[in-house]
Amino acid sequence: MIVNNPGVLALIQDAGRLGQHRIGLTVGGPMDPFAFRWANRLCGNDDNASVIEVSIGGFVAEFTQQAHIAITGAEVDVKLNGQAVEQWQTLSVSEGDVLKLGFAHAGCRIYIAVQGGVQVPSQFGSCSTVVREKIGGVDGGSLVKGQVLSISPFEQRSKFIMPIENRPAYLSNGQPAAKSMSPLRVVQGYQSDSFSRADKALFFSGEYTVSERMDRMGYRLTGHECRSTITNMLSEGICHGAIQLPPDGQPIVLLNDRQTIGGYPKIGSVMARDTARLAQMTQGNTVFFESVTIEEAHAINLLAEYKESQIALVDLD
Amino acid sequence: MRVEVAGENALILYFSDEVSEASSAYIYAMTQALEALIGKGVIDLVPSYASLLIIFDHNVYDYYSLKQYISKAKAVIDQTRIASGNSTDSIEAPTITLPVYYGTEAGPDLEELARNAQLTTEEVIAIHQAGLYQVYAIGFAPGFAFLGQVDERIAAPRKSTPRKAVPKGAVAIADRQTAVYPSVSPGGWNLIGLCPVPMFDAEKTPSMPLATGNKVKFEAISKAEFIAMGGEL
Repeated sequence: MIVNNPGVLALIQDAGRLGQHRIGLTVGGPMDPFAFRWANRLCGNDDNASVIEVSIGGFVAEFTQQAHIAITGAEVDVKLNGQAVEQWQTLSVSEGDVLKLGFAHAGCRIYIAVQGGVQVPSQFGSCSTVVREKIGGVDGGSLVKGQVLSISPFEQRSKFIMPIENRPAYLSNGQPAAKSMSPLRVVQGYQSDSFSRADKALFFSGEYTVSERMDRMGYRLTGHECRSTITNMLSEGICHGAIQLPPDGQPIVLLNDRQTIGGYPKIGSVMARDTARLAQMTQGNTVFFESVTIEEAHAINLLAEYKESQIALVDLD
Repeated sequence: MRVEVAGENALILYFSDEVSEASSAYIYAMTQALEALIGKGVIDLVPSYASLLIIFDHNVYDYYSLKQYISKAKAVIDQTRIASGNSTDSIEAPTITLPVYYGTEAGPDLEELARNAQLTTEEVIAIHQAGLYQVYAIGFAPGFAFLGQVDERIAAPRKSTPRKAVPKGAVAIADRQTAVYPSVSPGGWNLIGLCPVPMFDAEKTPSMPLATGNKVKFEAISKAEFIAMGGEL
């Protein structure tokens, strides 16, 4: 396929680069793993196959061969040769077909999977692009106009659709900005004892707004200022979802492309299934935090994974 | 050693409140011990100055089982230490020697650093070479290793205006830390020389000559040796 327009930001991502923090490499990978996984499943791919993650939208590509594709994630107008087509289902494309995405009206990250996965070489066990590290994808960079991406030979297979009740609901990008009705669940830890009880009470009861500083490294939120009593600390390993509170007291939720070590106090970490929701939000959306124990988080994850395992795609043929 | 929760699938072990060679050696031993004991269910281990972050697969371990393995790993290390004379010196860490072409051509900040330290450039080079450094942490960029402690006489604060492009292989000092830049990147450290050995090569296995907990020595080489070893000016 040929990239006619990468749009705002288009990156090749597989499930992520794991186990490489010791040499300073971050994870990368899809900001919304659920949408990523099901884009691949709709194409009959492995869960780790490489897809294109488009932030906001504007992506246009032309296919140079027959293929099955699927588009999941943020709600966006998708056109194939000018005709509107559906998300969350397998689509057939032929040589010369032009796929065009508009701009997301709800959510922020769109996933385009192609049958067999986008073919790029693996580096350190993953094809995920981390632009800051110049690793993964095509020469470590985001997709650019005119780039040719190779895809697997076409194989005929059944087409599927994701039942509507199993699709995530994303927050609308319209005005006024939407509020999240479910919390970002936080496992408290790291330096959580260094925050006053009053600060913590306000942190877990107040609303925070997604600021303009939101990218694949992290989402900076604005709201009640929450400051640690620690002013100087040694850099330490940062896990996914860690909520860093620099001296200005405004939280930064660290995401897929975060640096692997850092020296700001942290109150705990947002559960990955909730950072997936956060990563679908745009500037102006509001969120709130809820504290859960590590045991509750474990139970929430096991139950959610069980429920996801019960999702049955509907055969369209 | 203190065990704290870090996230839904992460625990962090704190070994001390400050940087020390003893705790760094202990972190190195702990990283090795945990890898041997629970390697498969561990997604990543991130050793740093005084801590070790353990990221685990929640389908393999829960909080309690992991805590038990951490106690086991600690017991193994402590027993080894007692058996060999109750010292962290007994924790063996490899020493890697890195060649450096020191001088004003390769290190544009060497003269200023020497002047501020009231030393000659030769003295700065001699003091930098005399140190046996510990790899305290790897991060900031792929392959960037933070080494310490630099002798106080040649410790120098970061430059007030960082350079837009520090060359690959630059040997640098910031406060009491030293490092070799793995690739061209912006940076505010004081540059005193160049090392021809790549710190990070994505095409090679292993991609880095150093690991957290290793010890590092620097050895002066001539310009001709630097070029012969593949160095570029």
